[in-house]
Amino acid sequence: MPEISYLEAIRQALWQEMKRDERVFLLGEDIGRYGGAFGLTHDMLDEFGPERVRETPISEATIVATAIGASLLGMRPVAEIMFMDFVTLALDQIANQAAKMHFMFGGRTTVPIVIRMPGGSGSGAASQHSQSLESVLMHFPGLKVVNPSTPYDAKGLMLASIRDPNPVCFIEHKVLYKTKGEVPEGDYTIPIGIAEIKRAGRDITVVANNIMVMKTLNVAEKLSKDGIEVEVIDPRTLLPLDTETIINSVARTCRLLVVHEACLTGGWAGEVIACVVGSPAFDYIDAPVRRLGGKDIPIPYNRGLEKFAIPQEADIEQEIRALVEGKI
Amino acid sequence: MSKDKGKTKGKDIGTREQFEERVKRLGLSNDNLIDLYRTMCTVRHFEYMADRLYAAGKVHGTMHLSAGQEAVAAGISLAIHPDDYLINHHRGHGHFIAKGADINLMMAEFLGKDTGYNRGRGGSMHIADFQSNNLGANGIVGGGIPQAVGVGLALQMQKRKEICICIFGDGATNEGVFHEAMNMVALWKLPVLYICENNKYGMSMDVERAVAKLPIAQRADAYGIPWACVDGNDVVEVYDAMKIAADHVRSGKGPYFVEAITYRYFGHSKSDRNLYRSKEEIDDWKQNRDPIMRFTKHLLQSEILDESQAQKIDGQVEQVILKAMEFAEASPEPDISTLMEFVYA
Ligand SMILES: Cc1ncc(C[n+]2csc(CCOP(=O)(O)OP(=O)(O)O)c2C)c(N)n1
Ligand SMILES: [Mg+2]
Repeated sequence: MPEISYLEAIRQALWQEMKRDERVFLLGEDIGRYGGAFGLTHDMLDEFGPERVRETPISEATIVATAIGASLLGMRPVAEIMFMDFVTLALDQIANQAAKMHFMFGGRTTVPIVIRMPGGSGSGAASQHSQSLESVLMHFPGLKVVNPSTPYDAKGLMLASIRDPNPVCFIEHKVLYKTKGEVPEGDYTIPIGIAEIKRAGRDITVVANNIMVMKTLNVAEKLSKDGIEVEVIDPRTLLPLDTETIINSVARTCRLLVVHEACLTGGWAGEVIACVVGSPAFDYIDAPVRRLGGKDIPIPYNRGLEKFAIPQEADIEQEIRALVEGKI
Repeated sequence: MSKDKGKTKGKDIGTREQFEERVKRLGLSNDNLIDLYRTMCTVRHFEYMADRLYAAGKVHGTMHLSAGQEAVAAGISLAIHPDDYLINHHRGHGHFIAKGADINLMMAEFLGKDTGYNRGRGGSMHIADFQSNNLGANGIVGGGIPQAVGVGLALQMQKRKEICICIFGDGATNEGVFHEAMNMVALWKLPVLYICENNKYGMSMDVERAVAKLPIAQRADAYGIPWACVDGNDVVEVYDAMKIAADHVRSGKGPYFVEAITYRYFGHSKSDRNLYRSKEEIDDWKQNRDPIMRFTKHLLQSEILDESQAQKIDGQVEQVILKAMEFAEASPEPDISTLMEFVYA
């Protein structure tokens, strides 16, 4: 299997789906000649033309609304929000419009749109270009929130998202764009709403998303040498959340830690923990259930400050050791 | 059609000759005129029935009635094609009715019944009928304005001949998305007819206190969109403007903006004590500028209808509304077991 980057994997999915389905088109700011702020849509303008790689003015709310309107007439738009932070400008169209139309109109229409948005810190982009707002988007039933951590998942989930009849927020991570992994050249989808056990282990379940998956896997390898076997679960989709896979895992490992980059307060770790402790897995839990999240601060600019605003591998390692060794 | 007005003509409805000359120029048949009359009466009766049902405690939620604004809805619908797309706003009963909605299904939705257009999930503020390209009303002021860009874009990409009609109030034009949408729709020359129903208030906010420069329609100049501002209580004038606008849009020349000056009789929504406007003002509009009264005078004067024919139509329409009310009342409530349906497709 060829190794390609996370960014290329998403681009490949868009490219292949646009070849396969002429209803699919892209819209967003600077996605044409410029190739998108991160270069994800590079050369797509030449291949598909300005109708289907449609550059828009800087109008986030209307970008999403345009996708909604076009989808009502049978199109399959994929909109790009340049930085996830700007999703707040389009939130009415996402939360009050797209998420609710199927329900509010009695099931008589669907809104098959994808809204791509790169989030996350680590690029020195400071407070307004670095947030992880996935928990915000999880609060709108009718919406799906997809959040891949590997190139393989990114391509399969993008193809599934475009083909899904519901509005999907597709959250990418800036730091993951350059990471590489094996990705089949052909067509495949990964079901939305299904978590994956990225590493099996008997001692503790760690649920993590996007870059925290990579970090947790690194920690797990290290701890394995000390005889601690960590099970790492990537939900891949945050809404709807695959609680079953998580609950079953905790029933086996008897310990739970949830790790995300998003701010701790109001973060989705709380949701995972509530689901687990309210389930029959509660009877098996041997240690406090814990969460690690980004600090409750805006993301700072300075490299050192930025790094320590979110959980580091050392933090994850320390938490796991404390829980497994019964020190908490 | 003129650009300078922001007023209705009121009592002075013009002479019989002027009316007949205009109707002839527009090629309107007697049947067309009678249809306009019937449509306006239907909307009026629907709205008064809605108010009655509300007063009787039969309506669970809110409503925004359009009595007084009927000429806008009727004038638009005659100027467009039945398969044109409609994006509506919260005060939308009239536009749906004029576009040919099933009154029974509307009334059932209003009462939250399972037989309603949206199976009782939407209510007055969200009525939609995708079979007839009615893409729904919106509870978020201005929420539909940018969506019309997408509908127009799809129509353009699919090389279709239908156009998108997008209706909103004066208040909605002060939302930020109004600017985004006007710019994009003009930039891409999309087949969208934007219609601002200026009923002088956004809830309690007088348009003169909310809009820095009137008429609202002149804002279209900033985007290079042709516009008109018309007397929204003169159904023939509304039709005239909408026809020019719709033909322009359909011919591929891009968007058009029409502002229609009108007035609502009921309060903003169910709860409104009219503290922001005087009784004299309301009475003046009702007694001197009423769109149905003005049009009826013309029809009688030009002998298109006589008194008894006019009353007969009014009576027929009243029956339709009564039947709809009976249908809605007799309809079942949605079953509680279906609560979780339609969240995801
Ligand atoms: C975004 C938003 N802000 C405020 C409201 C509350 N609200 C509902 S209708 C309305 C007035 C709208 O005025 P206008 O657009 O002129 O329409 P009209 O009701 O006069 O027909 C307001 C303030 C809302 N529903 N949505
Ligand atoms: Mg108004």
